[in-house]
Amino acid sequence: MLLAAASPEAAGVFIELGLIIVALAIVARVATSFGFSPIPLYLLAGLVVGVAFPLSFSEEFIEVGAEIGVILLLFMLGLEYTGEELRDNLRVGLPAGGLDIALNFTPGLAAGFLLGWSPVAALLLGGVTYISSSGVISKVLSDLGRLGNRETPSILSLLVIEDLVMAAYLPLVAVLLLGVGLAAGLASLVVAVATAGAVLVIAIRYGEPMSRLLANRSDEVVLLSTFGLVVLVAGVAERLQVSAAVGAFLVGIALSGPVADHARELLSPLRDLFAATFFVFFGLQIDSAAIPDVAVLAVGLALVTGLTKLFTGWWAARRAGVGERGRFRAGGALIARGEFSIVIAGLGVTAGIEPQLGPLAAAYVLLMAFAGPIVTRSIDGWVLARRRRRAGTTAGA
Amino acid sequence: MPRIEETQLPGVGLRHDLTTRAGDRLGVITHRTGRRELLLYDRRDPDSCRDVVRLDEDEGHALAEVLGGTKVAESLDNMIQQSVEGLTIDWLPATASWSCAGHTVAETMLRARTGVSIVAIVRGVQTVPSPTPDFRIEAGDTLVVVGTPEAIKSAFTHLESGVGT
Repeated sequence: MLLAAASPEAAGVFIELGLIIVALAIVARVATSFGFSPIPLYLLAGLVVGVAFPLSFSEEFIEVGAEIGVILLLFMLGLEYTGEELRDNLRVGLPAGGLDIALNFTPGLAAGFLLGWSPVAALLLGGVTYISSSGVISKVLSDLGRLGNRETPSILSLLVIEDLVMAAYLPLVAVLLLGVGLAAGLASLVVAVATAGAVLVIAIRYGEPMSRLLANRSDEVVLLSTFGLVVLVAGVAERLQVSAAVGAFLVGIALSGPVADHARELLSPLRDLFAATFFVFFGLQIDSAAIPDVAVLAVGLALVTGLTKLFTGWWAARRAGVGERGRFRAGGALIARGEFSIVIAGLGVTAGIEPQLGPLAAAYVLLMAFAGPIVTRSIDGWVLARRRRRAGTTAGA
Repeated sequence: MPRIEETQLPGVGLRHDLTTRAGDRLGVITHRTGRRELLLYDRRDPDSCRDVVRLDEDEGHALAEVLGGTKVAESLDNMIQQSVEGLTIDWLPATASWSCAGHTVAETMLRARTGVSIVAIVRGVQTVPSPTPDFRIEAGDTLVVVGTPEAIKSAFTHLESGVGT
């Protein structure tokens, strides 16, 4: 069947896919050599492809790939932290986590309302500005050798809380996006949040025996069984109208222990491939002609939420007893937004609720994913320079 | 005995810190993958690291062997020469009711908690010299330990009932 399909069409699909992936490889190479996250560049590549070279064969394939990408992104996010880490950080990090929501969710939400968007679209924009990119941040911290720093636990703790917030937020928007009536919406919301809560409790209490069931010495067995489980649960969740992303996320949370480590190791390359597909696909869907119209807005939103994140990190680190320089480092590190902002915006774009949401989110993430690592890198120097200047003036006076 | 502090790094692993008598702060991050990072904190800004050395799992073990191994060898040497310097060697029989049974050497946290080192494990007729941190202690093993008499007493209670708490 497959061989018989080696028609011009199959050849076209391969050639298009090959060209796109080779282009992404070049882009990723450039990004890593400058120490940047390739995510914004993937998005940019999608925008360029959408304008310059309309795809004729592989769009359908890319669409499925993109959906798998979202599933794997969310699964790995859920996998990132163990049940115990979630529980412990919920206790310690709650004040900082609350401040994080108040300062970083609100600007997006307010901007949405000011633009006259529907409440759901505003809620999505709030999510876009709220969630920091744990992928970009942990990579930058590791590259800069800052994992051992005393402010780092504060940063990671905030990321953990954001992770937990996603567990409630994603089912909420999934239900709201369905656009069903208030009563039906409330009912499915209760079901969705109750499921999320139940999975969290089960993961913390029984994660270990469950994970032992999946564990196996063979890479192949673990790869197939976890990937199969994730896709299956995601599909069932989608059928139950809870959104595939939520299902995948909950599977990630439920897995813990050695099998989680094993799955993380095995599925990371798969996630990188499909997530890149997703970023390209998101770029493809964006009407790039609309970006100049929202550029000013995106810059404004970026400035505001950059400063609010800076303050959030600064405050969290101060609470942990970290010195002045460390507080600014923590704040700077948290600025980066990335993959999950795109996932959230993608939910809205797929549902087709607000034409401006996609372009605005794309421009915003492009700015933040570039600015975040730059600020993280240089903020320590800025603080030092400022301190030296101040010391100089007092000495001179 | 210097105090070693432990800090969770969610999503990354575990960090252990130690301040030396000379005032330098050292740390080790154990990544979930087994990779280690050796940290040297900056004296002017104690929140940040002056230097980070990345070690893979084997290099970490090799370094631990060099650092810990000589200490054990030295103390054994001293004992053989009868210049005992307050150190004792003891044989502790781990029965099934002991809390350390079923745990790895690393999981017992024996050295961090009590300052006592396990220099060998006798299992049946076989002796395992310098067991690696991932060596799993079984009921019926005899643990050969080195430390001060007081420390060995606390090691006894720790291995019997304190592991995993």
